[in-house]
Amino acid sequence: MELQQVTAGYADEVVLRNINLTVHAQDFIGVIGPNGGGKTTLVNVILGIIKPMSGNIIFHPDSSDRRRRFIGYLPQVSHTDKKFPISVRDVALSGLATSQRFMNHYSAGDNERVQQVLAQMGIEQLAGKNVGELSGGQLQRVFLCRAIIAQPRLLILDEPNTFVDNKFENDLYLILRELNKEMAILMVSHDVGTITYYVKSIACVNKTLHYHDSNIISQEQLASYNCPIQIITHGDVPHTVLRTHQQ
Amino acid sequence: MFFRNAVLAALLASVSCGIIGTYIVSRRMVFISGGITHASFGGIGIGYFFGFSPIVGALFFGVLSALGIEYMSKKTEVREDSVIAILWSLGMATGIIFVFLTPGYSANLMSYLFGNILTVSQLNLRLLLVLSLLVIVVFLLFFKTILFVAFDENFARAIRLPVDAVNYLLITLVALTIVLNIRVAGIILVLSLLTIPQTIANLFTHNFKTMIFLSILTGMIGSFAGLLLSWFLDIPSGAAIIFFLVLIYLLARVVLQIRISLKIKRQINPHYEK
Repeated sequence: MELQQVTAGYADEVVLRNINLTVHAQDFIGVIGPNGGGKTTLVNVILGIIKPMSGNIIFHPDSSDRRRRFIGYLPQVSHTDKKFPISVRDVALSGLATSQRFMNHYSAGDNERVQQVLAQMGIEQLAGKNVGELSGGQLQRVFLCRAIIAQPRLLILDEPNTFVDNKFENDLYLILRELNKEMAILMVSHDVGTITYYVKSIACVNKTLHYHDSNIISQEQLASYNCPIQIITHGDVPHTVLRTHQQ
Repeated sequence: MFFRNAVLAALLASVSCGIIGTYIVSRRMVFISGGITHASFGGIGIGYFFGFSPIVGALFFGVLSALGIEYMSKKTEVREDSVIAILWSLGMATGIIFVFLTPGYSANLMSYLFGNILTVSQLNLRLLLVLSLLVIVVFLLFFKTILFVAFDENFARAIRLPVDAVNYLLITLVALTIVLNIRVAGIILVLSLLTIPQTIANLFTHNFKTMIFLSILTGMIGSFAGLLLSWFLDIPSGAAIIFFLVLIYLLARVVLQIRISLKIKRQINPHYEK
């Protein structure tokens, strides 16, 4: 997938300017940057929720398997209503919905796929539960099931580690590493310390985008862009310390 | 004849309100629904003044304000609750102006405000029947899509589900359901037909489908009981129905409380017998 000179924003406000980004099949890109810098806008423009004001987004089709969905998406936790009457099974199933099949035909095969993906995340025993009965980590697993059930070629995660416990966070990175063998991953995170340890490359977003083709950022690269980052952490969290950018 | 129509109206009201109410409650659209209800009063006033069926005017106003709320809150910068408040009072104001301009005392007006299930018109009844069938068909065909969009609009948009189409269709059905049930419970009380049965159902289930069926069932019990009370005491049907619905709610709560305390007792003492 390629973004070429994309400019995007809301109403009369430009948030992102002239973004270029290419995502290859096995990429694992961490997207970091300050709040309001345009991380979520970047996600929304790739997802097609907002249209770019200018520039192009090009999806290169995979000739080997056309049935795979292009993008899987894990939104921020806070977006959904935990009191909504819907079961875990149905949330996972919703990942299989498409605009072509908005009528009610979901097959036994689809239900099998739901079981399969719930088992993959280790939550098959929760299938019949309501989303309101789950903990934050369990809910994130369910949303991850929904994101990957259609075997997307690109998985986009928006702040997957907010409001979840450490145990889930560790599990999440192991799961993502497995998934990365089959799909590219783009992960937005405010937790710079952890993200740089797991990802293969980093995109810093602050009005513009700077792409770093490794998970270690050199001082020369840092000098070229402007995004103050602070990390506070304790214990054994793996971390990479980035120098403050020079204005 | 009167009575047969009233029974039919109660039945259809329970079905349409049971389904649409579950959607409203799940999506937390109660305030939007309040706005649509009161906005439709403008249509009733205009119908009175120009001498056509007030229900037709109300349908027009209800659907228009519903689409307006949906459009304004999604596509413009105006806050959704402000839009609702404006349309709510604009509709009421229009209605009041035209009712006052209409010569003579309109005794019938009371039945629009408080509901009179015994005088539901043939036209209203037929429309209610068509609506109930329409709602059933829409939910049978698109149940999962409606559920997915209602649960997480953002995600539904990301996977290219027809989110806007679903929202506009459903808000239209909400408006039609509200307006056609005004004769049953009245403008002031109709919202409770769409929320109390669901609140009762929600005590026992967290499944969207089961909630629909339980709401229809409690709606039927409440509206038949209310209909009888309204017939014998000659009081507005809306008030009588809501009286019974709240009674059912309280009963359900008590039953649930007893069940919970029994369960706790059994856990503390495994040999405890009922």
